[in-house]
Amino acid sequence: MALQAIAFYLLATVTIGSGLAVVSVRNPVHSVLFLILTFFSAAGLFLLLGAEFLAMLLVVVYVGAVAVLFLFVVMMLDVDFGALKQGFARYAPVGGLVGGILAIEMIIVATAVARGGAARGNSEPMAALDGLSNTETIGRVLYTDYVYFFQAAGLVLLVAMIGAIVLTLRHKPGVRRQVIADQVARNAQSGMRTVQIKPGEGMGE
Amino acid sequence: MDATTNFWATPGGWTLITVGQIAAVMIWILLSLAFLLLADRKIWAGVQMRKGPNIVGPFGLLQSFADFLKFVLKEIVIPDGADKVVFILAPLISFVLAFAAWAVVPLAPGWVVSDINVGVLYLLAISSLGVYGIIMGGWASNSKYPFLGSLRSAAQMVSYEVSIGFVIITVILLAGTMNLQTIVEQQAGGFWNWYVFGGGLSNLPMILVMVPMAVVFFISALAETNRPPFDLPEAESELVAGYQVEYSSTPYLLFMIGEYANIVLMCAIITILFFGGWQAPFPTPFIESWPATAQSFFGFMWFFAKTVFFFFLIAMVKAIVPRYRYDQLMRLGWKVFLPFSLVAVVLVAAWRVFGPVQGAI
Repeated sequence: MALQAIAFYLLATVTIGSGLAVVSVRNPVHSVLFLILTFFSAAGLFLLLGAEFLAMLLVVVYVGAVAVLFLFVVMMLDVDFGALKQGFARYAPVGGLVGGILAIEMIIVATAVARGGAARGNSEPMAALDGLSNTETIGRVLYTDYVYFFQAAGLVLLVAMIGAIVLTLRHKPGVRRQVIADQVARNAQSGMRTVQIKPGEGMGE
Repeated sequence: MDATTNFWATPGGWTLITVGQIAAVMIWILLSLAFLLLADRKIWAGVQMRKGPNIVGPFGLLQSFADFLKFVLKEIVIPDGADKVVFILAPLISFVLAFAAWAVVPLAPGWVVSDINVGVLYLLAISSLGVYGIIMGGWASNSKYPFLGSLRSAAQMVSYEVSIGFVIITVILLAGTMNLQTIVEQQAGGFWNWYVFGGGLSNLPMILVMVPMAVVFFISALAETNRPPFDLPEAESELVAGYQVEYSSTPYLLFMIGEYANIVLMCAIITILFFGGWQAPFPTPFIESWPATAQSFFGFMWFFAKTVFFFFLIAMVKAIVPRYRYDQLMRLGWKVFLPFSLVAVVLVAAWRVFGPVQGAI
């Protein structure tokens, strides 16, 4: 349909353009904002493919959470781009090598998909389930066939989370903390004490 | 007749219809907002034994329109050191996102701009984007108070989104679908079928989980929309007005309309997820014989009444609850709501698997 073609070319152009802008603009905050635009238009491309669940997840997880943290960090940092670009010539070969390998891999994958579809390697590709939206289909595959992988991924994330907490949690001695339960449990008897002070002595702790 | 049906099926006709629907929804929301804003101020004034705005029009009914004109006619001041593009972009993003979310909200039987399968996720996605308007505005202003306000706000919104997500999951588990229109349709037949009461008499034990979840959602919605008692990003007594300090005239107006549209949206979401959306609170067999449009208006009336009721609650909270301290806000979000809603998800999931009503609905 004409509308879909227009939407695809628009989204694809925005995705590629903003992707280029991520690496080329001078201001790091603008860079992150362009990254967000890239994510967002990629989600639009997913929608055009009919993968509405993946599109929404991309927006919720990457745009709504991960990119916010990016933005947070980049705004707090005072990035000096002059200093960053000093070693450009030295690292260019390594970066070029990594980029080249990635490009070759992506071309191989893309041609393979273009030739035979993504499920070509499977001996028995999954039949499309009747009357199910792709959310339900993903759920069935994820929680039945791949439930152990799913659980393992969850464990990996849990370990990462615990690691982050262990690295940053410091207990400073002598810091007064608010204990809500203590405050609520306080009454006239426990919260007050009567002291007899003799004249001229004051009250020493 | 044949020619017209064909025209509406073509891309041009479809685009025309959709644009018309969007315009209708937007105009309705903007008009309602004008009066809801006044209602907010009137309720606030009433609690404090003041009269509130009462000069423009009868009972001050036209106050919002006067304010609107005042904002629009003033000069737009852009600070010298501001990042001009981002500075202008931020209120636009806030405004657009606040209205984009309404695309999937079912207003009445058959009245929804876009009836998509992942409506709940779409709402979550759009509301998670709302933080960008604020954080971009605060950063682009190139000033300390707006920046502090926007950082506070970003942390706050990200935190409460987590518990909102879990609360929504409990409803999705009970409903078995993410289509908002279907979620509302499943709550038909009386208030005991609403998801706040577990959704149907056979699910009645879930009332112990769902009523607290509705409360958690309500409080998280307050935090998500930066309403008192969680209005720390704006906190006029400490941060002047947070991320809005440098904004004036129309950009400020866009921020404010976006904020109120978000508040009403949250009221609408509570209504849809927990309180039956456009369903009447009692069985309505008598409307079966009505024409479809009349049924839609009947449903829309209930939806509107419920949404306005929750807006009233939010306005009352603003008037009677003192502001939270920031560490208490974070404690409430991460140490109370998050574990609480997580346990609720487990309980509801267990009920769906082991309870009397098993399997897909």
